Amino acid sequence: MPRTPKERPAPVRIAVRKTYKLYVGGAFPRSESGRSYVIRDAAGVELANAALGSRKDLRDAVRAARAALPGWDRRSAMNRGQILYRIAEMLEGRRAQFVEEVAAAEGIGPDAARTAVDRAIDRWVWTAGWADKIAQVYGTVNPVASSHFDFTIPEPVGVVGVVAPEGSSLLGLVSRLAPVIVGGNTCVVLASEGRPLPAVTLTEVLATSDLPGGVVNLLTGRRAELVPWLAAHLDVDALDLWGVPAGMRTAAETEAAENLKRIARPPRGVDPERFDWLDDARAERPEWIAQHLEMKTVWHPVGM
Amino acid sequence: MAERTRTPRTRATGASATPPPEPAPRSAAVGRGTASPSTWALGEGQALPWEYAPAPESREIVKLQARYGLFIGGREVPAQGGGWFTSVDPATEEPIAEVARGGPEDVERAVAAARRAFRKTWGPMPGRERSKYLFRIARIIQERARELAVLETLDNGKPIRETRDVDLPLVAAHFWYYAGWADKLAWAAPGRDPRPHGVAAQVIPWNFPLLMLAWKVAPALAAGNTVVLKPASFTPLSAMLFADICRQAELPDGVVNIVTGPGETGMALVSHPDVDKVAFTGSTEVGRKIARAVAGTEKALTLELGGKAANIVFADAALDQAVEGIVNGIFFNQGEVCCAGSRLLVQESVADEVVARLRERLATLRVGDPLDKNTDVGAINNRPQLARIEELVAAGVAEGAEMWQPACVLPERGWFVRPTLFTNVQQSHRIAREEIFGPVLSVLTFRTPDEAIEKANNTTYGLSAGVWTEKGSRILAMSRRLRAGVVWANTFNRFDPASPFGGMKESGYGREGGLHGLLAYLDLAGGV
Repeated sequence: MPRTPKERPAPVRIAVRKTYKLYVGGAFPRSESGRSYVIRDAAGVELANAALGSRKDLRDAVRAARAALPGWDRRSAMNRGQILYRIAEMLEGRRAQFVEEVAAAEGIGPDAARTAVDRAIDRWVWTAGWADKIAQVYGTVNPVASSHFDFTIPEPVGVVGVVAPEGSSLLGLVSRLAPVIVGGNTCVVLASEGRPLPAVTLTEVLATSDLPGGVVNLLTGRRAELVPWLAAHLDVDALDLWGVPAGMRTAAETEAAENLKRIARPPRGVDPERFDWLDDARAERPEWIAQHLEMKTVWHPVGM
Repeated sequence: MAERTRTPRTRATGASATPPPEPAPRSAAVGRGTASPSTWALGEGQALPWEYAPAPESREIVKLQARYGLFIGGREVPAQGGGWFTSVDPATEEPIAEVARGGPEDVERAVAAARRAFRKTWGPMPGRERSKYLFRIARIIQERARELAVLETLDNGKPIRETRDVDLPLVAAHFWYYAGWADKLAWAAPGRDPRPHGVAAQVIPWNFPLLMLAWKVAPALAAGNTVVLKPASFTPLSAMLFADICRQAELPDGVVNIVTGPGETGMALVSHPDVDKVAFTGSTEVGRKIARAVAGTEKALTLELGGKAANIVFADAALDQAVEGIVNGIFFNQGEVCCAGSRLLVQESVADEVVARLRERLATLRVGDPLDKNTDVGAINNRPQLARIEELVAAGVAEGAEMWQPACVLPERGWFVRPTLFTNVQQSHRIAREEIFGPVLSVLTFRTPDEAIEKANNTTYGLSAGVWTEKGSRILAMSRRLRAGVVWANTFNRFDPASPFGGMKESGYGREGGLHGLLAYLDLAGGV
C-alpha cells in the first residue's frame, strides 16, 4: 500500500561535524603523518578524532613560531593588549559553544563549565591589561654610582614551548598561554592529550582575533611522543612544564639543559592537576608573565 | 714565604724574537679629518722608549696562614678526607698557601650547618637585624680593602690597580647595597609575600674571586637565605679571608659556610637534596651539567655563564673614546671576563683607522708583575687557561686571521700572554665563535646596522654587547635588537651593585645585581 506524503516522517537533519586539526602558522593543517586518535568524553563515548601530531609537525610549529617572533615583538605593548582583549571578545561571542565543549571534555555539569569558560574569558582580559604595564612593574632605573644612565627593561625570551595542563582543558590552557604571548613571545602549545577539543576550538578564536599567524601554534597528540622533541629542540628558548606528567619532568628538563632553556614549572608543593584555576589570587600572578621575559640592562654615560 | 721579593726578571721578546707583521698602511683618515697620531705615539710594534721604575705594592699587609681549613658552622675545620691542595701565585708559579680539599662528606656537614642556621638564627631573625650584619660586613671590607686587594692579586694574578680600584670597591658596595634590602623585602615584590628559599648553594669562578663571592653572598643573606659557597680551586684564598670577616662581624654560626675543593665538590654541593637554591657563575659547559643535575628537582637555579660579546663601533663614534673602551673591554682583567668585548665589529669605513689606533694604544699597555701599580695586564690565572688561550691564538693563525702583538717584554716566570689583535677574522673562525677568556681581540667589519646586528647576534652566547655611536636613536634601536643581557653604549665593562647583570641564550639565566638580583633569592610563589 503506497504511503501518502502526509505519513512520511520528517527527514532527520544530519549534523555537520567539525574536523579537529592542528593550528600552525595561522593555518589549520592535519598532521603531516596522516594520523589521528579518538577523543572520548568522561563516560567513554566517542566525541571526535583529533590529529595525532608528529615530530615533523612540531618542527614546523617551531619554525612558524620563530618566523612570527620579530613581528609580534615589534608590536607596541598597547597593540598586543588590544589583540588579547579581542581574543576575549571573540571567546565571549562563542561562549555557548565553549561551555558545551568544556562540559563534554571534562565531564562536568553545564554550571561548572560555564564558570570555567567565563573565567577563561576574564583571564584574557586580566592578562591583556598587563601588556603595557609589565615593563613598568618589572623595569627599573638603576641608581649606579658612576656617571651613567642605567636602566633595565623586560624583553621577550623568544619561542616558548607550552605543555598545557592536562585536566583543565580551556581555563588551565588560557592561564598558561596568555602570560606567554602578552610579553611578546611566540609559542608552540601541546594541548591536553585527553581533552584537546576545547583547545582546538580556541585556535579558531585566535585565528579571528587579529593575532598574527604563528604567534600561537597548537598541536594535539601524545605527550610521551612530543614532549621529548619539544624539550630537545634547539630553537626553543623556554619551556612551560605545568602540563608535563611528573614522571617525564626530569627527562624533559635534562634535555632542555642542552641549550639552557628557561624552565617554568609549578612552584614547590603545587600539583598542577589539583591546582584551582578559579582561584584568582593564585592563578593571576605577574611573575607568570615575567618568567618568560629577559631583563636587559643598558648603560650610557652622562655628560656634556 | 712573605719575605719573597719580586725581582724584575724579564726577557726581551716580541719585537726581536718574533717580528710583528708589517703594519697596515695608515688609511688616509677616512671621513674624520686629520686623525694623525698624537706626538707621543709609537710606531707600530715598537717598545716603549723609556722605562718605568718599579712601583710594587707591598705584600706585607697580608699575613697568611700556611694552611686554611673549611669554614663550616662558624669554625675552621679540616676536610674529613684529610686532603689539602696548594694555591699558586700565577705571576711566579710559587705556592702561596694550602687549602683543605673538601669532599661530599664536608658538603654534607656544611649544608646541615646552613640548614640549622636557617631554622634557628638567620631565618627567624628580623630583616632589620640581618641588615645590620650586612652593613657591618661592608664596613669591615672597606677597612681591610688594601689587604684583600693584595691577597686577591697574589692569588689571581690580576693587576693591583684593578683589585684596588675596581674589585674591592665593588665588593664593599655590593654588601652595602643589599644590606639595605634586608628589611624591605615586602617592597621588592609587593603583594606577593616574598620569602627566602632556604639554603643556597653557590659555586663561583676564579676570574673575580671576591667580587663573585659578594655577588652571590650579599643578596642571598639579605633575602634571608643561608649559604654554602664553593670558591674556585685556583683562587680560594680571599674567600678564606672573608670567613675571617664573618667572624669579625660576629655573623651567627652557619649562616655562611665555605667549602674549598675541586669541581666534583661543587657538583656534590649543587646536587645535595637539602639545597633549595643553586647559583653558579662559570663556563657554559659546566652550567649545562649543573642544569642537568638540578633537572626534575624543585631547586631554583640561576646561571651566569660564558660570552662572546660584540663591541660595535660605528663610523660616527668618538673614536678616541671608542678605542679606550675597546681596550678596556677586552684587556681588563687579562680578558678573563665572561662579558669581555672579544669581537670588535667596526664599520668598514673606519676599520683601518680604528685598527691603527688600537695598535698604538696596545703598544703602551704594560704587561707584567700584577703587584706593580703601573701594570695594565697581569698574569693569566692558571696553566690550563694559558694553554687554552695559546691553543686558540694558534687556531686563529692557522685559520688565516692576521695576528698582531705589541713588542712588550714578558716576565721570565709566571703565566703571561701578550695583548693580541686579530684582523681579517671570519665569523666561522674559532677565535670569532669560542670564548677565549684571554687578552685576544678579533676584529670583524660591517657596512650597515642590520649587518652589525646580524653578526653580533650570530652566536650561541648573549651576555653583553657594546655600541659606539654619537647617534642617540641608533643606540636605542641597537640596544633593543642586540640579544644580550647587558648593553654598554659608549662605554664598556661597567658594573654596579644596583645594576642587574646576566645573560640571554646560552650565557645563562637569572640576573645578579639590583632588584632583579634580589628577586632571584626570594621565593615569590609562597602563596600559590
